[in-house]
Amino acid sequence: MPSTHYSIFSVLREALRGHTGWGPAWRDAEPKAEYDVVIVGGGGHGLATAYYLAKHYGPLSIAVVEKGWIGGGNVGRNTTIVRSNYLLPGNIPFYELSMKLWEGLEQDLNYNAMVSQRGVLNLYHSDAQRDAYARRGNAMRLHSVHADLLDQAAVRRMVPFLDFENARFPVQGGLLQRRGGTVRHDAVAWGYARGADRLGVDIIQNCEVKGFRREGGRVTGVETSRGTIGTKKIGMAVAGSSSRVAAMADLRLPIESHVLQAFVSESIKPFIDGVVTFGAGHFYISQSDKGGLVFGGDLDGYNSYAQRGNLPVVEDVLEGGMALMPRIGRVRLLRHWGGIMDMSMDGSPIIDTTPVEGLYLNAGWCYGGFKATPASGYCFAHLIARDEPHPVARAYRLDRFATGHAIDEKGMGPQPNLH
Amino acid sequence: MRIACPHCGERSLDEFLYSGDATVRRPDFASPTAMDEFIAYTFERTNPAGPHRELWYHAAGCHAWLVVTRNVATHAISSVEPARDVALAGKPETKDGA
Repeated sequence: MPSTHYSIFSVLREALRGHTGWGPAWRDAEPKAEYDVVIVGGGGHGLATAYYLAKHYGPLSIAVVEKGWIGGGNVGRNTTIVRSNYLLPGNIPFYELSMKLWEGLEQDLNYNAMVSQRGVLNLYHSDAQRDAYARRGNAMRLHSVHADLLDQAAVRRMVPFLDFENARFPVQGGLLQRRGGTVRHDAVAWGYARGADRLGVDIIQNCEVKGFRREGGRVTGVETSRGTIGTKKIGMAVAGSSSRVAAMADLRLPIESHVLQAFVSESIKPFIDGVVTFGAGHFYISQSDKGGLVFGGDLDGYNSYAQRGNLPVVEDVLEGGMALMPRIGRVRLLRHWGGIMDMSMDGSPIIDTTPVEGLYLNAGWCYGGFKATPASGYCFAHLIARDEPHPVARAYRLDRFATGHAIDEKGMGPQPNLH
Repeated sequence: MRIACPHCGERSLDEFLYSGDATVRRPDFASPTAMDEFIAYTFERTNPAGPHRELWYHAAGCHAWLVVTRNVATHAISSVEPARDVALAGKPETKDGA
Protein backbone atom coordinates (compact mmCIF):
# COMPACT_ATOMS: atom_id res chain seq x y z
CA MET A 1 0.00 0.00 0.00
CA PRO A 2 1.51 3.37 -0.92
CA SER A 3 1.97 5.68 2.03
CA THR A 4 -0.55 8.40 2.83
CA HIS A 5 -0.30 11.77 1.08
CA TYR A 6 0.79 14.17 3.80
CA SER A 7 -1.27 17.35 4.20
CA ILE A 8 -3.11 19.38 6.80
CA PHE A 9 -6.11 17.15 6.12
CA SER A 10 -4.22 13.92 6.74
CA VAL A 11 -2.83 15.39 9.97
CA LEU A 12 -6.34 16.39 11.11
CA ARG A 13 -7.80 13.02 10.12
CA GLU A 14 -5.14 11.15 12.05
CA ALA A 15 -5.49 13.49 15.03
CA LEU A 16 -9.18 12.54 15.18
CA ARG A 17 -8.49 8.81 15.07
CA GLY A 18 -5.57 8.71 17.46
CA HIS A 19 -2.83 8.40 14.82
CA THR A 20 -3.76 4.82 14.06
CA GLY A 21 -3.81 5.23 10.28
CA TRP A 22 -0.24 6.22 9.44
CA GLY A 23 1.24 3.37 7.39
CA PRO A 24 4.96 2.81 6.88
CA ALA A 25 6.51 5.57 4.75
CA TRP A 26 8.01 2.96 2.41
CA ARG A 27 7.70 -0.79 1.86
CA ASP A 28 10.36 -3.22 3.10
CA ALA A 29 10.78 -4.83 -0.32
CA GLU A 30 12.03 -8.33 -1.12
CA PRO A 31 14.47 -8.56 -4.03
CA LYS A 32 13.01 -9.71 -7.35
CA ALA A 33 14.96 -11.80 -9.85
CA GLU A 34 15.46 -8.95 -12.29
CA TYR A 35 15.27 -5.16 -12.59
CA ASP A 36 15.93 -2.66 -15.36
CA VAL A 37 18.22 -0.69 -13.04
CA VAL A 38 19.83 -1.57 -9.71
CA ILE A 39 21.21 1.26 -7.59
CA VAL A 40 23.88 0.14 -5.14
CA GLY A 41 23.79 2.27 -2.00
CA GLY A 42 20.70 3.46 -0.14
CA GLY A 43 22.11 6.77 1.01
CA GLY A 44 20.92 10.19 -0.06
CA HIS A 45 22.50 10.01 -3.52
CA GLY A 46 21.30 6.47 -4.30
CA LEU A 47 17.74 7.16 -3.16
CA ALA A 48 17.63 10.49 -5.03
CA THR A 49 18.89 8.71 -8.16
CA ALA A 50 16.14 6.08 -7.88
CA TYR A 51 13.53 8.78 -7.30
CA TYR A 52 14.49 10.90 -10.32
CA LEU A 53 14.92 7.81 -12.53
CA ALA A 54 11.40 6.68 -11.68
CA LYS A 55 9.97 10.19 -11.94
CA HIS A 56 11.55 11.39 -15.18
CA TYR A 57 12.72 8.33 -17.10
CA GLY A 58 10.12 5.68 -16.33
CA PRO A 59 8.49 3.33 -16.64
CA LEU A 60 11.45 1.37 -15.32
CA SER A 61 11.71 -1.36 -12.71
CA ILE A 62 14.24 -0.06 -10.20
CA ALA A 63 15.77 -1.46 -7.02
CA VAL A 64 17.97 0.23 -4.43
CA VAL A 65 20.13 -2.27 -2.56
CA GLU A 66 21.64 -1.19 0.75
CA LYS A 67 24.07 -3.11 2.93
CA GLY A 68 22.69 -1.69 6.19
CA TRP A 69 19.62 0.46 6.59
CA ILE A 70 18.83 3.54 4.57
CA GLY A 71 20.12 6.80 5.95
CA GLY A 72 22.66 5.07 8.20
CA GLY A 73 25.72 6.37 6.40
CA ASN A 74 26.92 9.84 5.52
CA VAL A 75 23.45 11.26 4.80
CA GLY A 76 22.77 10.90 8.53
CA ARG A 77 26.26 11.95 9.64
CA ASN A 78 26.87 15.32 7.98
CA THR A 79 26.45 18.85 9.33
CA THR A 80 23.34 19.50 7.16
CA ILE A 81 24.72 22.53 5.29
CA VAL A 82 23.54 23.35 1.77
CA ARG A 83 25.10 26.06 -0.42
CA SER A 84 26.26 26.71 -3.98
CA ASN A 85 29.10 29.17 -3.39
CA TYR A 86 31.68 27.52 -5.64
CA LEU A 87 34.37 29.08 -7.79
CA LEU A 88 35.01 26.95 -10.86
CA PRO A 89 32.78 26.75 -13.96
CA GLY A 90 32.61 22.93 -13.74
CA ASN A 91 31.09 23.18 -10.27
CA ILE A 92 28.87 26.28 -9.99
CA PRO A 93 26.04 25.26 -12.39
CA PHE A 94 25.87 21.79 -10.83
CA TYR A 95 25.64 23.01 -7.25
CA GLU A 96 23.22 25.75 -8.27
CA LEU A 97 20.93 23.11 -9.81
CA SER A 98 21.15 21.33 -6.47
CA MET A 99 20.25 24.55 -4.63
CA LYS A 100 17.20 25.03 -6.87
CA LEU A 101 16.12 21.43 -6.30
CA TRP A 102 16.46 21.96 -2.53
CA GLU A 103 14.22 25.00 -2.83
CA GLY A 104 11.41 22.90 -4.33
CA LEU A 105 12.20 19.61 -2.63
CA GLU A 106 9.52 19.48 0.02
CA GLN A 107 6.67 20.20 -2.38
CA ASP A 108 8.11 17.77 -4.88
CA LEU A 109 8.48 14.95 -2.34
CA ASN A 110 5.44 15.83 -0.20
CA TYR A 111 7.80 15.52 2.76
CA ASN A 112 8.99 18.03 5.37
CA ALA A 113 12.76 18.11 5.03
CA MET A 114 13.03 21.31 7.09
CA VAL A 115 14.79 23.19 4.27
CA SER A 116 15.91 26.41 5.94
CA GLN A 117 17.60 29.09 3.82
CA ARG A 118 19.17 30.81 6.77
CA GLY A 119 22.30 32.01 4.94
CA VAL A 120 25.90 30.79 4.75
CA LEU A 121 28.53 33.32 5.81
CA ASN A 122 32.20 32.64 5.02
CA LEU A 123 34.40 34.99 7.03
CA TYR A 124 37.62 36.55 5.78
CA HIS A 125 40.49 37.63 7.97
CA SER A 126 43.00 39.35 5.68
CA ASP A 127 43.10 41.57 2.60
CA ALA A 128 44.24 38.64 0.48
CA GLN A 129 41.36 36.50 1.66
CA ARG A 130 38.92 39.34 0.98
CA ASP A 131 40.19 39.50 -2.60
CA ALA A 132 39.82 35.72 -2.97
CA TYR A 133 36.24 35.89 -1.68
CA ALA A 134 35.46 38.85 -3.97
CA ARG A 135 36.67 36.69 -6.85
CA ARG A 136 34.51 33.79 -5.71
CA GLY A 137 31.47 36.05 -5.30
CA ASN A 138 32.03 37.49 -8.78
CA ALA A 139 32.36 34.00 -10.26
CA MET A 140 29.07 33.07 -8.63
CA ARG A 141 27.35 36.21 -9.96
CA LEU A 142 28.64 35.48 -13.46
CA HIS A 143 26.69 32.21 -13.16
CA SER A 144 23.58 34.03 -11.85
CA VAL A 145 24.13 32.84 -8.28
CA HIS A 146 23.72 35.71 -5.86
CA ALA A 147 26.48 36.53 -3.37
CA ASP A 148 27.13 39.51 -1.09
CA LEU A 149 30.57 40.64 0.05
CA LEU A 150 30.12 42.09 3.53
CA ASP A 151 32.45 44.43 5.40
CA GLN A 152 33.13 44.13 9.10
CA ALA A 153 30.26 46.43 10.12
CA ALA A 154 27.74 44.33 8.20
CA VAL A 155 29.08 41.12 9.75
CA ARG A 156 28.89 42.74 13.21
CA ARG A 157 25.20 43.39 12.67
CA MET A 158 24.59 39.73 11.78
CA VAL A 159 26.79 37.95 14.33
CA PRO A 160 27.88 40.49 16.96
CA PHE A 161 29.41 37.88 19.27
CA LEU A 162 32.45 36.95 17.14
CA ASP A 163 35.96 37.80 18.29
CA PHE A 164 36.30 40.61 15.73
CA GLU A 165 39.51 42.06 17.19
CA ASN A 166 41.31 38.73 17.54
CA ALA A 167 45.00 39.71 17.48
CA ARG A 168 46.02 37.11 14.93
CA PHE A 169 42.88 36.60 12.85
CA PRO A 170 40.68 39.72 13.07
CA VAL A 171 37.32 39.28 11.31
CA GLN A 172 37.38 41.77 8.42
CA GLY A 173 34.15 40.72 6.73
CA GLY A 174 32.56 37.85 4.91
CA LEU A 175 31.03 36.43 1.75
CA LEU A 176 27.36 35.70 2.26
CA GLN A 177 25.11 33.41 0.25
CA ARG A 178 21.66 34.17 1.61
CA ARG A 179 20.01 31.26 -0.19
CA GLY A 180 22.31 28.74 1.48
CA GLY A 181 21.34 27.18 4.76
CA THR A 182 20.56 23.85 6.35
CA VAL A 183 18.29 20.87 5.65
CA ARG A 184 17.25 18.11 8.06
CA HIS A 185 19.59 15.40 6.78
CA ASP A 186 17.71 12.25 7.87
CA ALA A 187 14.51 13.64 6.40
CA VAL A 188 16.25 13.90 3.03
CA ALA A 189 16.93 10.15 3.04
CA TRP A 190 13.44 9.37 4.30
CA GLY A 191 11.75 11.78 1.89
CA TYR A 192 13.55 10.40 -1.15
CA ALA A 193 12.93 6.82 0.03
CA ARG A 194 9.23 7.50 0.40
CA GLY A 195 9.08 9.39 -2.89
CA ALA A 196 10.86 6.58 -4.74
CA ASP A 197 8.73 3.92 -3.08
CA ARG A 198 5.53 5.72 -4.12
CA LEU A 199 6.81 5.55 -7.71
CA GLY A 200 7.32 1.79 -7.42
CA VAL A 201 11.03 1.58 -6.56
CA ASP A 202 11.97 -1.43 -4.41
CA ILE A 203 14.15 -0.38 -1.47
CA ILE A 204 15.98 -3.50 -0.28
CA GLN A 205 17.80 -3.09 3.03
CA ASN A 206 20.29 -5.45 4.71
CA CYS A 207 21.35 -6.52 1.23
CA GLU A 208 25.12 -6.36 0.73
CA VAL A 209 26.65 -6.43 -2.74
CA LYS A 210 29.20 -9.27 -3.00
CA GLY A 211 30.13 -9.04 -6.65
CA PHE A 212 29.11 -8.16 -10.18
CA ARG A 213 28.11 -10.65 -12.88
CA ARG A 214 29.65 -9.80 -16.22
CA GLU A 215 29.53 -11.24 -19.70
CA GLY A 216 31.76 -9.95 -22.48
CA GLY A 217 32.72 -6.78 -20.62
CA ARG A 218 29.17 -5.80 -19.70
CA VAL A 219 27.25 -6.28 -16.47
CA THR A 220 24.43 -8.82 -16.36
CA GLY A 221 23.64 -8.78 -12.67
CA VAL A 222 24.70 -8.16 -9.14
CA GLU A 223 25.44 -10.81 -6.49
CA THR A 224 24.14 -9.88 -3.09
CA SER A 225 23.79 -11.39 0.37
CA ARG A 226 20.12 -11.94 -0.55
CA GLY A 227 20.74 -13.67 -3.87
CA THR A 228 21.64 -12.71 -7.40
CA ILE A 229 19.68 -9.92 -9.07
CA GLY A 230 19.75 -9.71 -12.85
CA THR A 231 20.07 -6.28 -14.45
CA LYS A 232 21.71 -4.55 -17.40
CA LYS A 233 22.39 -1.27 -15.59
CA ILE A 234 23.98 -0.78 -12.18
CA GLY A 235 24.46 2.63 -10.59
CA MET A 236 27.04 2.76 -7.81
CA ALA A 237 26.52 5.45 -5.16
CA VAL A 238 28.40 4.09 -2.16
CA ALA A 239 30.49 7.10 -1.02
CA GLY A 240 33.28 5.92 1.31
CA SER A 241 33.02 2.34 0.05
CA SER A 242 33.49 3.33 -3.62
CA SER A 243 36.97 1.81 -3.97
CA ARG A 244 35.87 -1.47 -2.39
CA VAL A 245 32.77 -1.90 -4.54
CA ALA A 246 34.59 -0.76 -7.70
CA ALA A 247 37.32 -3.33 -6.98
CA MET A 248 34.65 -6.04 -7.42
CA ALA A 249 34.49 -4.86 -11.04
CA ASP A 250 38.32 -4.71 -11.27
CA LEU A 251 38.35 -0.91 -11.28
CA ARG A 252 40.94 1.18 -9.45
CA LEU A 253 39.60 4.66 -8.66
CA PRO A 254 41.27 8.04 -8.10
CA ILE A 255 39.82 8.00 -4.57
CA GLU A 256 41.00 7.55 -0.99
CA SER A 257 38.65 7.01 1.94
CA HIS A 258 39.17 9.41 4.84
CA VAL A 259 37.38 10.02 8.11
CA LEU A 260 35.67 13.35 8.85
CA GLN A 261 34.33 14.11 12.31
CA ALA A 262 31.27 16.16 13.21
CA PHE A 263 30.10 17.47 16.54
CA VAL A 264 26.96 18.57 18.34
CA SER A 265 26.67 20.40 21.64
CA GLU A 266 23.95 20.33 24.26
CA SER A 267 20.85 22.36 23.34
CA ILE A 268 20.95 26.05 24.11
CA LYS A 269 18.63 28.97 23.40
CA PRO A 270 18.63 30.47 19.87
CA PHE A 271 22.10 31.89 19.34
CA ILE A 272 23.42 31.45 15.79
CA ASP A 273 20.76 31.97 13.14
CA GLY A 274 22.75 31.01 10.05
CA VAL A 275 25.81 29.02 9.05
CA VAL A 276 29.13 30.69 9.92
CA THR A 277 32.54 29.49 8.74
CA PHE A 278 35.92 30.53 10.11
CA GLY A 279 38.29 31.54 7.30
CA ALA A 280 41.54 31.34 9.24
CA GLY A 281 41.18 27.75 10.33
CA HIS A 282 38.72 25.08 9.38
CA PHE A 283 35.57 25.44 11.47
CA TYR A 284 31.94 25.76 10.48
CA ILE A 285 28.95 26.01 12.75
CA SER A 286 25.18 26.32 12.74
CA GLN A 287 22.46 25.74 15.29
CA SER A 288 19.87 23.04 14.81
CA ASP A 289 16.19 23.71 15.42
CA LYS A 290 16.53 21.57 18.54
CA GLY A 291 19.11 24.05 19.85
CA GLY A 292 22.33 22.06 19.55
CA LEU A 293 25.35 23.72 17.98
CA VAL A 294 26.33 21.56 15.00
CA PHE A 295 29.91 22.01 13.90
CA GLY A 296 32.90 20.45 12.23
CA GLY A 297 36.32 21.06 10.75
CA ASP A 298 39.08 19.25 8.91
CA LEU A 299 39.48 15.63 7.94
CA ASP A 300 41.60 13.58 10.31
CA GLY A 301 43.96 13.43 7.36
CA TYR A 302 44.80 9.74 6.94
CA ASN A 303 43.07 6.85 5.15
CA SER A 304 40.32 5.36 7.30
CA TYR A 305 37.24 3.18 7.07
CA ALA A 306 36.67 3.27 10.83
CA GLN A 307 33.80 5.81 11.09
CA ARG A 308 35.47 7.32 14.13
CA GLY A 309 38.31 9.78 14.43
CA ASN A 310 41.06 10.72 16.83
CA LEU A 311 41.58 13.40 19.45
CA PRO A 312 44.06 15.76 17.71
CA VAL A 313 41.35 16.83 15.25
CA VAL A 314 38.78 17.19 18.05
CA GLU A 315 41.21 19.58 19.71
CA ASP A 316 41.91 21.42 16.45
CA VAL A 317 38.20 21.93 15.66
CA LEU A 318 37.42 23.15 19.17
CA GLU A 319 40.39 25.55 19.07
CA GLY A 320 39.04 26.97 15.81
CA GLY A 321 35.65 27.46 17.46
CA MET A 322 37.17 29.17 20.48
CA ALA A 323 39.26 31.49 18.29
CA LEU A 324 36.16 32.57 16.39
CA MET A 325 33.47 32.73 19.08
CA PRO A 326 34.93 32.46 22.59
CA ARG A 327 31.50 32.47 24.20
CA ILE A 328 30.84 28.86 23.15
CA GLY A 329 33.61 27.80 25.55
CA ARG A 330 31.27 26.84 28.35
CA VAL A 331 28.83 24.91 26.18
CA ARG A 332 29.26 21.18 26.69
CA LEU A 333 29.91 18.81 23.81
CA LEU A 334 27.13 16.27 23.55
CA ARG A 335 28.31 13.90 20.81
CA HIS A 336 30.86 13.56 18.08
CA TRP A 337 31.11 10.95 15.36
CA GLY A 338 32.87 10.15 12.11
CA GLY A 339 31.87 9.42 8.56
CA ILE A 340 33.92 7.96 5.72
CA MET A 341 34.50 10.38 2.85
CA ASP A 342 35.28 9.30 -0.70
CA MET A 343 38.05 11.86 -1.22
CA SER A 344 38.85 12.27 -4.90
CA MET A 345 42.21 13.41 -6.20
CA ASP A 346 41.01 16.91 -7.10
CA GLY A 347 38.29 17.45 -4.49
CA SER A 348 35.48 17.21 -7.07
CA PRO A 349 33.02 14.38 -7.72
CA ILE A 350 32.73 11.80 -10.48
CA ILE A 351 29.41 11.07 -12.24
CA ASP A 352 30.33 8.98 -15.24
CA THR A 353 30.22 5.69 -17.09
CA THR A 354 33.03 3.21 -16.39
CA PRO A 355 35.11 0.90 -18.61
CA VAL A 356 32.63 -1.83 -17.60
CA GLU A 357 29.58 -1.41 -19.82
CA GLY A 358 26.40 -0.96 -17.82
CA LEU A 359 28.22 0.02 -14.62
CA TYR A 360 27.79 3.69 -13.73
CA LEU A 361 29.81 5.52 -11.10
CA ASN A 362 28.72 8.24 -8.69
CA ALA A 363 31.60 8.91 -6.27
CA GLY A 364 34.31 11.25 -5.07
CA TRP A 365 32.02 13.59 -3.13
CA CYS A 366 34.70 14.35 -0.57
CA TYR A 367 32.99 16.09 2.32
CA GLY A 368 30.59 18.06 0.11
CA GLY A 369 28.18 15.30 -0.74
CA PHE A 370 25.16 16.31 1.28
CA LYS A 371 24.49 19.64 -0.42
CA ALA A 372 24.82 17.88 -3.77
CA THR A 373 22.26 15.16 -3.02
CA PRO A 374 19.39 16.34 -5.26
CA ALA A 375 21.54 17.30 -8.27
CA SER A 376 23.68 14.21 -7.87
CA GLY A 377 20.59 12.01 -8.07
CA TYR A 378 19.13 14.10 -10.89
CA CYS A 379 22.28 13.97 -13.04
CA PHE A 380 23.09 10.33 -12.23
CA ALA A 381 19.56 9.34 -13.23
CA HIS A 382 20.03 11.22 -16.51
CA LEU A 383 23.34 9.44 -17.16
CA ILE A 384 21.93 5.98 -16.41
CA ALA A 385 18.79 6.51 -18.49
CA ARG A 386 20.33 8.28 -21.48
CA ASP A 387 23.95 7.07 -21.45
CA GLU A 388 25.12 10.65 -21.75
CA PRO A 389 26.03 13.15 -19.05
CA HIS A 390 23.58 15.77 -17.86
CA PRO A 391 24.75 19.20 -19.18
CA VAL A 392 25.65 20.53 -15.70
CA ALA A 393 27.60 17.39 -14.74
CA ARG A 394 29.64 17.11 -17.93
CA ALA A 395 32.89 18.02 -16.19
CA TYR A 396 32.65 15.19 -13.65
CA ARG A 397 34.38 12.64 -15.85
CA LEU A 398 36.30 9.67 -14.53
CA ASP A 399 39.10 10.20 -17.08
CA ARG A 400 39.62 13.90 -16.30
CA PHE A 401 42.78 13.17 -14.32
CA ALA A 402 44.38 11.48 -17.30
CA THR A 403 43.38 14.25 -19.71
CA GLY A 404 44.40 17.14 -17.48
CA HIS A 405 40.89 18.43 -16.79
CA ALA A 406 40.94 18.14 -13.01
CA ILE A 407 38.54 20.47 -11.16
CA ASP A 408 40.66 21.53 -8.21
CA GLU A 409 38.67 24.17 -6.24
CA LYS A 410 41.37 24.50 -3.61
CA GLY A 411 44.39 24.14 -5.86
CA MET A 412 45.87 21.40 -3.68
CA GLY A 413 46.92 18.94 -6.36
CA PRO A 414 46.43 15.17 -6.03
CA GLN A 415 46.49 15.16 -2.21
CA PRO A 416 43.10 13.85 -1.05
CA ASN A 417 43.79 14.60 2.62
CA LEU A 418 44.23 18.31 1.85
CA HIS A 419 41.03 19.01 -0.10
CA MET B 1 46.07 6.50 17.64
CA ARG B 2 49.76 6.79 18.56
CA ILE B 3 52.72 5.94 16.37
CA ALA B 4 55.80 4.23 17.79
CA CYS B 5 58.61 6.04 16.00
CA PRO B 6 61.67 3.72 15.83
CA HIS B 7 63.88 6.64 16.88
CA CYS B 8 61.71 8.50 19.41
CA GLY B 9 59.33 5.92 20.87
CA GLU B 10 55.57 6.13 21.02
CA ARG B 11 54.35 9.62 20.17
CA SER B 12 51.05 11.42 19.70
CA LEU B 13 49.50 11.54 16.26
CA ASP B 14 49.77 15.33 16.06
CA GLU B 15 53.58 15.10 15.80
CA PHE B 16 53.25 13.37 12.43
CA LEU B 17 52.27 14.37 8.91
CA TYR B 18 50.59 11.90 6.60
CA SER B 19 51.76 11.38 3.05
CA GLY B 20 49.57 8.59 1.73
CA ASP B 21 50.01 5.19 0.15
CA ALA B 22 53.59 3.87 0.42
CA THR B 23 53.13 1.15 -2.19
CA VAL B 24 52.95 3.37 -5.26
CA ARG B 25 56.37 3.76 -6.89
CA ARG B 26 57.49 6.39 -9.37
CA PRO B 27 57.53 4.71 -12.80
CA ASP B 28 60.43 4.75 -15.24
CA PHE B 29 60.00 7.83 -17.43
CA ALA B 30 61.68 6.02 -20.32
CA SER B 31 59.13 3.24 -20.37
CA PRO B 32 57.04 3.15 -23.58
CA THR B 33 53.89 3.19 -21.43
CA ALA B 34 55.24 5.86 -19.08
CA MET B 35 52.25 8.18 -19.55
CA ASP B 36 49.72 5.60 -18.38
CA GLU B 37 52.00 4.49 -15.57
CA PHE B 38 52.45 8.06 -14.32
CA ILE B 39 48.70 8.67 -14.41
CA ALA B 40 48.13 5.55 -12.29
CA TYR B 41 51.01 6.50 -9.97
CA THR B 42 49.73 10.04 -9.46
CA PHE B 43 45.98 9.50 -9.22
CA GLU B 44 44.89 5.89 -8.73
CA ARG B 45 44.92 4.20 -5.34
CA THR B 46 43.96 0.72 -4.15
CA ASN B 47 42.42 2.27 -1.02
CA PRO B 48 41.97 -1.05 0.82
CA ALA B 49 39.68 -1.41 3.83
CA GLY B 50 42.25 -3.41 5.80
CA PRO B 51 46.04 -3.32 6.20
CA HIS B 52 47.53 -0.28 4.46
CA ARG B 53 51.22 0.57 3.94
CA GLU B 54 51.55 4.32 4.26
CA LEU B 55 54.11 7.10 4.64
CA TRP B 56 54.25 9.28 7.75
CA TYR B 57 56.75 12.09 8.44
CA HIS B 58 57.78 12.74 12.03
CA ALA B 59 57.61 16.51 11.58
CA ALA B 60 57.58 17.49 15.27
CA GLY B 61 60.16 14.88 16.21
CA CYS B 62 63.16 13.34 14.51
CA HIS B 63 62.11 14.30 10.94
CA ALA B 64 62.28 10.67 9.84
CA TRP B 65 60.08 9.34 7.07
CA LEU B 66 58.35 6.17 8.22
CA VAL B 67 56.50 3.35 6.51
CA VAL B 68 53.63 2.45 8.81
CA THR B 69 51.45 -0.63 8.32
CA ARG B 70 48.05 0.18 9.75
CA ASN B 71 44.66 -1.47 9.52
CA VAL B 72 42.52 1.41 8.28
CA ALA B 73 39.31 -0.27 9.46
CA THR B 74 40.48 -0.36 13.10
CA HIS B 75 43.44 2.12 13.21
CA ALA B 76 45.58 -0.69 14.71
CA ILE B 77 49.27 -0.30 13.74
CA SER B 78 51.17 -3.52 13.12
CA SER B 79 54.59 -2.20 12.11
CA VAL B 80 56.58 1.03 11.84
CA GLU B 81 59.79 0.99 9.79
CA PRO B 82 62.11 3.80 8.74
CA ALA B 83 61.29 4.51 5.09
CA ARG B 84 65.03 4.56 4.38
CA ASP B 85 65.37 0.93 5.46
CA VAL B 86 62.40 -0.04 3.32
CA ALA B 87 63.93 1.72 0.32
CA LEU B 88 67.42 0.28 0.87
CA ALA B 89 66.07 -3.22 1.35
CA GLY B 90 64.68 -2.67 -2.14
CA LYS B 91 61.93 -5.10 -1.43
CA PRO B 92 59.42 -4.65 -4.17
CA GLU B 93 56.19 -3.32 -2.73
CA THR B 94 53.12 -4.93 -4.17
CA LYS B 95 50.63 -2.58 -5.69
CA ASP B 96 47.87 -4.09 -3.60
CA GLY B 97 49.29 -2.97 -0.28
CA ALA B 98 50.64 -5.15 2.48
